[in-house]
Amino acid sequence: MKLHEYQAKRVFADAGIPTPDAKLAETVDEAVAAADDIGYPVAIKAQVQVGGRGKAGGIELVDDAAEAREAAENILGMDLKGYHVDRVLVEEAVDFTNELYVGVTMDRGEGEPVAMVSTRGGVNIEEVAAEDPDAIAREHVDPAFGMHPYQARKAVYDAGVDREVANDVAGVLSTLYDLWEDKDGADAEINPLMVTADDEVIAADAVMNIDGDALFRQPELAEMQEDAAEDDLEAKANDYGFDYVRLDGNVGIIGNGAGLVMTTLDLVDHYGGEPANFLDIGGGAKAERVTNALDMVFSDENVDAVVFNIFGGITRGDEVAQGINEALEAFDEIPKRVVVRLAGTNAEEGMEILNTDLVTVEKTLEDAVQRAVQYAEEDSA
Amino acid sequence: MSVLVDEDTRVVVQGITGGEGKFHTEQMLDYGTNVVAGAVPGKGGQEVAGVPVYDTVDKAAREEDANAAVVFVPPAFAGDACFEALDAPVDLVVTITEGIPTQDMSKVYRKLQETDTHLVGPNCPGVITPGVAKLGILPGNIFSEGNVGFVSRSGTLTYQVVDSLTERGIGQTTAIGIGGDPIIGTDFIDALELFENDPDTHAVVMCGEIGGEDEEEAAQYIAANMDTPVVGFIAGRTAPPGKRMGHAGAIVSGSGTGTAQSKIDALENAGTPVGDTPEEVADHVEDIL
Repeated sequence: MKLHEYQAKRVFADAGIPTPDAKLAETVDEAVAAADDIGYPVAIKAQVQVGGRGKAGGIELVDDAAEAREAAENILGMDLKGYHVDRVLVEEAVDFTNELYVGVTMDRGEGEPVAMVSTRGGVNIEEVAAEDPDAIAREHVDPAFGMHPYQARKAVYDAGVDREVANDVAGVLSTLYDLWEDKDGADAEINPLMVTADDEVIAADAVMNIDGDALFRQPELAEMQEDAAEDDLEAKANDYGFDYVRLDGNVGIIGNGAGLVMTTLDLVDHYGGEPANFLDIGGGAKAERVTNALDMVFSDENVDAVVFNIFGGITRGDEVAQGINEALEAFDEIPKRVVVRLAGTNAEEGMEILNTDLVTVEKTLEDAVQRAVQYAEEDSA
Repeated sequence: MSVLVDEDTRVVVQGITGGEGKFHTEQMLDYGTNVVAGAVPGKGGQEVAGVPVYDTVDKAAREEDANAAVVFVPPAFAGDACFEALDAPVDLVVTITEGIPTQDMSKVYRKLQETDTHLVGPNCPGVITPGVAKLGILPGNIFSEGNVGFVSRSGTLTYQVVDSLTERGIGQTTAIGIGGDPIIGTDFIDALELFENDPDTHAVVMCGEIGGEDEEEAAQYIAANMDTPVVGFIAGRTAPPGKRMGHAGAIVSGSGTGTAQSKIDALENAGTPVGDTPEEVADHVEDIL
């Protein structure tokens, strides 16, 4: 779960990390009033969860009320990489001499946290990491002990941060690590951490991703969760609790288990079709879940045919077959042809009860995929 | 022969009184697994499926000589359950639980480095030595005894590819589902090393997927250290960059590694054929044997 910038900044500020004076605004008038209040110049920043907001026109720096009004009018309501902007953060523009990067994340290869510092802040840090990995100082942390203060100092000095601000930057990094740990962070980043002419450090941006599996013990953060779905179908998938990704093709795909569903997508591609989506109904799915899954793919107007691939372990073939029957019997006319392949636990029982007037049954994954690709070609013609 | 699991594996099931724990204990017993105890705090003295339950893993291990644990404990308590099994200690911990917070697993992983225990999972289907024992939720009927080692990050994909092998009469020494989470105990290299040292394993099938660099690292290991031939499969060729496809681990950063193609290239460069489909994996294994 990703926090909005304004949410992450609030969390950081509460922990003692300096952040610019800022206010959230939902209307143009609110934005101008906030800007007047803070004092010019201010930055007006779209609050949507996508990277590269500045380049996409979602951040403007303004010097007076007229400019603030114009910028707020431009940004509020705009469509930014598929996200509707309905709030802006109006923020004191910090006059800086230097931009640093500090971050904490889980190094999955090492299985332990890593704290990072770079003097190449203010730019796309992923590019820096790829082009010049030595420009980022990294300090691995023993998760049992947390980050020792000396480790924060070491990372800061290794990165070559100016002596005048080194202690303050180390303090910010220590606080960031503690926050990351306390809040079950996946990533916590400040980019840029601005250094002013007076040698103050200020977090000019804030990124905080929370481990979704840990939200049960982070009730305050869980409440901050806002729907970040890219379109109606993804919002629907969130409501149903499916792992769903919309793609560009016309063969709808439903299956159980991420690896198997991905393999089904790959096979659709292999046999000349184009996958319309990734939809994992998960383990142990009962009839209602199956009904919801079919509702999902039928709602996608790009879909011309559907392949339903289940290899049951926990999931029982008879439960799935029951769900398919119930879902399809509810239609006067089934909108797309559905190919079903059931294997594994109770697959034979499932095959027996499956209503073959409503679906096409195939025995192997290869046959099922090829049949669905063929149907999709016929029905799109 | 086999790896990790054999006739002498004596299992304690953590979370045996829960719905999943009870159901799969019965399934494991039906398969012939030596499930000797359950461990659930506060439930000591009960019995589930004829198996005695203890309050602690420590007591279960001492009273019933358990040397392996299977964890069916809910995610909020599963990290603690892993520590309990590591401290007992047992030789093998198989953690089935899905959705354990990553920071909890990071601490478990740290502890694991100090022990001789093998931890498989979390979020995995388990380990099976066909005809002998299974620890986990794998459907036993699709596996068969034979000489192919099997390791996979994905549960249902394991079933799909194993089914293709078994249909052609190709059996397995042991199949290990290592799980798709960002931090796991036994990884590809650990599993490959176990199979390389098992004289009865004549070939290994390794099923990977997009995300992370484990397959690339495994490819280097294969090239440098393995005489036993390996056949690969990589799921997620059609996954769009940056999208999370189910597993937390299955996200492509766009940095050039972690993509299906970079994994396929790495394996092929290591002399490991990669099947385009599960059936092609079986074709390659047939050619090798």
